[in-house]
Amino acid sequence: MSDPLVFHFDVDGENFTSAGQASTQVKKNLRQLGLSPDIIRRVSIAMYEGEINMVIHADGGTADVMVTEEYVEIVLKDHGPGIPNVEQAMQEGFSTATDSIRSLGFGAGMGLPNMKRYTDSMKIDTVVGVGTTITMRVNL
Amino acid sequence: MRVEELLEHGFEALSLPDGGREIDGVYIGDLLSWVMGRAQMDNAWITIMNNVNVIAVATLADTSCVILAEDVEMPEELVETAREKGVNVLRSSQPIFETAVKLAGLIA
Repeated sequence: MSDPLVFHFDVDGENFTSAGQASTQVKKNLRQLGLSPDIIRRVSIAMYEGEINMVIHADGGTADVMVTEEYVEIVLKDHGPGIPNVEQAMQEGFSTATDSIRSLGFGAGMGLPNMKRYTDSMKIDTVVGVGTTITMRVNL
Repeated sequence: MRVEELLEHGFEALSLPDGGREIDGVYIGDLLSWVMGRAQMDNAWITIMNNVNVIAVATLADTSCVILAEDVEMPEELVETAREKGVNVLRSSQPIFETAVKLAGLIA
């Protein structure tokens, strides 16, 4: 079995307009690996939502993507405020984004639900005041 | 129907790096996460949003084109970004509903 491929990205918290660079790059990398368009789409949307969340709520963070023969794993880690009520945050339509974020078309309360929708598994480890780590997998 | 064929029906091309792409269905929305959650691959996406995140969403959600309704302007640097990323962006002078009705007739 070959070694998994690993990609690491720093997500810039200050640069809202360039959010999506990491997920766009991952999309490109996965395409080069010859994965199916559907898998690529699911991975890149889930990752983009996570990236946006890190920019909106956590002043950035890191994204690590691992590609094995069985799955693609995305680990998003930030040192933001944490999520006080994960169950509430997972509900479609729940959002704590500001009006200025909403005016850009975000803050629909669909970020975390989309991440769950497009992945086969999703785990949220969060501590208020410390940060959040989200681990998602899309099976190949 | 191919994206470039829309130019014969009153749509204006702002960025057309992949005009031969087929349109399969239409999605309408301005809330980006909503679009990412619901739009299907190869949909034409009608919106009035015109910021850089629209280009990212179109790329990641793999829509066939973005159609800006209501003659919404797109800043030149964003048009440039769309071309670089291979994202088709068209414009319609009509409101969203009329744009959608027209598309429905064309792709039926």
